[in-house]
Amino acid sequence: MKLTDAEKALLDGKEGPARQRAMDLLVRYGEALGAERLVDTNNVCATVGATTPFLRDWAAAHPGGLDAVFSEFSLDSAEVLEIPTVKAYTCHVQQGIDPEHAEEQGVSAQLVQLYRKGEAYMGRIGVQLLNTCAPYQVGNVPVKGEHCAWMESSAVIYCNGALGARTNAEGRESAGAAMLTGKIPYWGYHLDENRLGTHLIEIEVEVKDTADWGLLGYYVGEAVQEQVPVLNGIRHVPNLARLKHFGAAAASSGGVEMYHVVGITPEAPGREAAFGGRKPLATLKYGATERRRAYEQVNSTGRDRQVDYVMLGCPHYSLDQLWEACQLLEGQHVHRNTSLWIFTPSATKQIADRNGYTKIISDAGGVLMTDNCSAFGRVMPKGTKVAAVDSAKQAHYLPAIMGVQAWFGTTAECIQAAVTGRWSGGMR
Amino acid sequence: MSGDVLRGRKVVGGRVAGEALVTREHISGWGGIDPRTGTIIETRHELRGQSFKGKVLVFPGAKGSSGWSSQFHIARLAGAAPLAMLFNEMTTKIALGAVVTHAPAMTDFDRDPLELIATGDWVEVDADSGIVRVTRK
Repeated sequence: MKLTDAEKALLDGKEGPARQRAMDLLVRYGEALGAERLVDTNNVCATVGATTPFLRDWAAAHPGGLDAVFSEFSLDSAEVLEIPTVKAYTCHVQQGIDPEHAEEQGVSAQLVQLYRKGEAYMGRIGVQLLNTCAPYQVGNVPVKGEHCAWMESSAVIYCNGALGARTNAEGRESAGAAMLTGKIPYWGYHLDENRLGTHLIEIEVEVKDTADWGLLGYYVGEAVQEQVPVLNGIRHVPNLARLKHFGAAAASSGGVEMYHVVGITPEAPGREAAFGGRKPLATLKYGATERRRAYEQVNSTGRDRQVDYVMLGCPHYSLDQLWEACQLLEGQHVHRNTSLWIFTPSATKQIADRNGYTKIISDAGGVLMTDNCSAFGRVMPKGTKVAAVDSAKQAHYLPAIMGVQAWFGTTAECIQAAVTGRWSGGMR
Repeated sequence: MSGDVLRGRKVVGGRVAGEALVTREHISGWGGIDPRTGTIIETRHELRGQSFKGKVLVFPGAKGSSGWSSQFHIARLAGAAPLAMLFNEMTTKIALGAVVTHAPAMTDFDRDPLELIATGDWVEVDADSGIVRVTRK
């Protein structure tokens, strides 16, 4: 890989051992990819915290403290390095716990302490504690063409597809190296030609609410894996939440990181532009049959109708989604055998508090949580066997990670399940 | 006993030999494996319940969460990493995952490893020279 003089200086250790290891990792990673060079980035979204299950045990057992955690898990260095202030604007994605709801989540006081220690550490090295899988909902909105180094598959696909900014799906280690150096391999979705569509998806059914977009995403991900789908025939302009659910689903059933919606997303003013004049590798249809198959697949673990747990906010809910849930919930009460947890970024929760949404949810017997989610933090109400979700992504992961059954449906079906304790959703 | 030789590109250097575990399905890292045991846990995956610990993992590529690398990183620290990784489709997830797993890894083969290698075959991986030798079980 070709390095600039400044990059060579970092690799030679001119700015200390941590940045040296960061550059060494970027070189190993870039060469593994087959990248020719690095590109400057000043927008990193990363995981640094140590509150996920394996890391909390590792951190507790390791004498090196949080510098050791950063060295091993963010720089691939067994040697404990002193971590300097980051060079690039860096936001933290979701965390392992919600420190304000530790008791409900069954999280120990010791772990909350580790979390607070981590928070102080990250703040000190310059990591912004947005603590959400959806940083674009709380102020990190890169512009079209901006080179980013983001983690979190649902954020990556939003960054590329919905915003037209440029990122690959970075991992904890590459994002760690990027924040210390302001560099990332110039490969994949940083290059124009790789952003062009590969598969044409002709949409033959109505796609309107977030559940519709989630199903479409689940189908598309399975169909194209990590290629670039171009959706043609969308008749209703979506909104942030709908594209968020589409992307999260497509990045779960497959590995989609970039897509186009003809006439809607920034790099697809028309079909021709989306494909850069090339012919699609394949044309697929999304009709009633495909929609039904996606519905059946995403609901493949649902068997028992009695619902123990309703989880909303994957990816973290936006204000308008919170408002919708509150309107559906207001004046009712969550069933005595069922729990309702809703997840949102902590910045959004502050506004929800002021808007009275938090109170509406708690008056109904639900809880508004922040920072993590059930799949990421492995936290659920005690004894949960059957969950209901309005996120295809969570329906995909929760059964695998937590061994529960999951029902997927609309937000309204989920709120109804919370109130009645039973799943009565179905294919519409 | 018959054998095959494949040529490919080094992703991570090193030489090892071991038994193959082959899947035609992409592997999800976070939410797709249990990194403490190396077991595939994805609900509808054909390898569900099987572990890649100590195996030469042959697969089309990575999918899913950006936690891919960190799950394989954890698998290495837990002693449950694959012995080597051979794959067809390069992505950032798998490149970084291979780098932090520290196990020999190769891609860009002259012939499809999914066609030529079956689960249980004995596979010698020489990533430094870009050569894979397969001995049928």
